[in-house]
Amino acid sequence: MVLQEKVAAAAAPSTGVVILRKSVQIVGELLITAGIVLLLFVAWQLWWTNVASDAKQSEVIKDFARELGGPVTPAPVPSPSASTPGTTDYGTPVVSKAPGHGGTIGIMYIPRFGENYTRPIVEGTTADVLDTLGLGHYGNTSMPGAVGNFAVAGHRQTHGAVLDNIHTLVPGDKIYVQTRDGYYVYVFRNNRIVMPSDADVLLPVPSQPGVRPTESFLTMTSCNPRFGSQERIIAYSLLDRWQPTSAGPPAEIAAQVARARGEG
Amino acid sequence: MYGWIFRHLPGPLWLRIITSVALVAGALFLMVEFLFPWMSQFTQFTDSTIGAASNP
Repeated sequence: MVLQEKVAAAAAPSTGVVILRKSVQIVGELLITAGIVLLLFVAWQLWWTNVASDAKQSEVIKDFARELGGPVTPAPVPSPSASTPGTTDYGTPVVSKAPGHGGTIGIMYIPRFGENYTRPIVEGTTADVLDTLGLGHYGNTSMPGAVGNFAVAGHRQTHGAVLDNIHTLVPGDKIYVQTRDGYYVYVFRNNRIVMPSDADVLLPVPSQPGVRPTESFLTMTSCNPRFGSQERIIAYSLLDRWQPTSAGPPAEIAAQVARARGEG
Repeated sequence: MYGWIFRHLPGPLWLRIITSVALVAGALFLMVEFLFPWMSQFTQFTDSTIGAASNP
């Protein structure tokens, strides 16, 4: 009994100590909360934005592909002696009209990035386009197939990471762009690392101000290094050939085109 | 703080547990919807554009 009283007397702290204890506890809980919020933010940025963007982008692709007409199987070769598929010359490429901001221009297929790599190309390079819709087309550059420079931007990391593997392209790799009017086959030529201010890469003839273009370029820009943005990585490609929608997709991507339309 | 909140939630224990789970879920939703997109402007992952066309 005596012992208990003694313990109770020693444990009863003054009002000041109680307030101090409570404050320390609250500050501690707030700091733990801040730590958990930061960890959640990292998880959201590095993982969840990819999940959300991938879902949104496949929706955009499905909507766009459903609108398109034309066969999904490659045109048959007329006769064995005729030219091999894909080498038929369809003349000057038809160039689609640019849609308004946020409108879908087409679908990009890059087999080097994986057999299932299909990403929408959307007009505009603001955060609302790049963060959810995929590859963004620089509004002041040409459309696919036109003489000049068709330039798109895409995230290297997070929000779908659409150009994560841009450094793995090998010269000669095919990049397929599908629009309402046809399929444009670009051939990758080279990478460049430039400073973020170097807008010359978007010129009709990249890095050559005032020169009249005679060829059709495809320029892709993304951040460099991965998980950083001190520089930009540029991938240049040149138009090799095109074929109208009525001719069907190039044989190499026929399966992906059919899958994009939900028929694969 | 969290103990104080939990003690001051109304209803029996099972209801208070449900209420606190709902509160945590609500806080998560608000973070994903508003806080994290705002915070992401301070990271460097999303600068992929170039030159004058670059978004701020």
